[in-house]
Amino acid sequence: MKEFKVKVEVKLKPVVLDPQGKTVLTALHNLGYEKVEDARIGKLIELKITDEDAGKVKERVNDMCMKLLSNPVIEDFVVNVEE
Amino acid sequence: MSKSNIYKFGIVVFPGSNCDHDCYHAIKHVLRQECEFLWHHETDVGQFDCIVLPGGFSYGDYLRTGSIASLSPIMKSVEKFAQSGRPVIGICNGFQVLVESGLLPGALITNSSLKFVCKWVNIRVESTKNLFTENMKVGDTLEIPIAHGEGNYFCSPDELKALNENSQIVFKYCADNGDVTPESNPNGSIENIAGITNKEGNVLGMMPHPERCAEEILNGTQGRLIFESIISWLNLNNKQKDRA
Repeated sequence: MKEFKVKVEVKLKPVVLDPQGKTVLTALHNLGYEKVEDARIGKLIELKITDEDAGKVKERVNDMCMKLLSNPVIEDFVVNVEE
Repeated sequence: MSKSNIYKFGIVVFPGSNCDHDCYHAIKHVLRQECEFLWHHETDVGQFDCIVLPGGFSYGDYLRTGSIASLSPIMKSVEKFAQSGRPVIGICNGFQVLVESGLLPGALITNSSLKFVCKWVNIRVESTKNLFTENMKVGDTLEIPIAHGEGNYFCSPDELKALNENSQIVFKYCADNGDVTPESNPNGSIENIAGITNKEGNVLGMMPHPERCAEEILNGTQGRLIFESIISWLNLNNKQKDRA
């Protein structure tokens, strides 16, 4: 058994409006960062998992994302597994 | 004269529900029905005639609104209850729980204004092919309060097409005169959607609060129509059962 550090990035799908990102974009413009064209805000979830191998961990975390960590209707996710 | 029986309503209580007592009051004291609170650890709701998922902030809205509550032990039995064709109504946070649980399609995301919106709105009845608008007509409008930060209904174009084709869109936000306009949309919902049902028409999710406008002292009584429709349907259903 090994210990894995897993990072899950959850982002709103490109077609879903992100009002929080829009507001942050406006604030960045107000600060003078006019070159910023877009801002989208997501979530970073860090998990510590003990399991046999990275493949199994990835499979399980994908499952967790479909069931709980993300809402597939509005969000995409990326799973990154590190030993 | 048709006689109305007394029906048994179950109100699911999650940690963080806060409209449970309002629903209880409206159902028990205004509509004179039997009513019980159901803690989310319950696993059998089979003895009830209608299940209510009330508003609030279940689990502090952690992760996504309604997401943790949708995995509560009670939700499996609510799903079974819904499959049996009996009425399930999710109000506000209850609607969010229903979409997260997959009992209703789509998702509810942050209001386009980013603000928590708490005010009276008008909604237009769009469909009566469900058991919650039994006592209404298409085109009727109800004045009803909303109070939410994540009521912006979203779904894919395919899902939206299916919702329209199956007459699952029950309520849309509208102007005083009943026109569905962009200005009357308080949260950015697709097509001004305020409430939808499942395909079978026995599971309703809506952001507005009918329990908050069920008696004169609250300055509005039109919310009663929804609860009365459920009771009318239960009466009808009972009669059919008696005949069978």
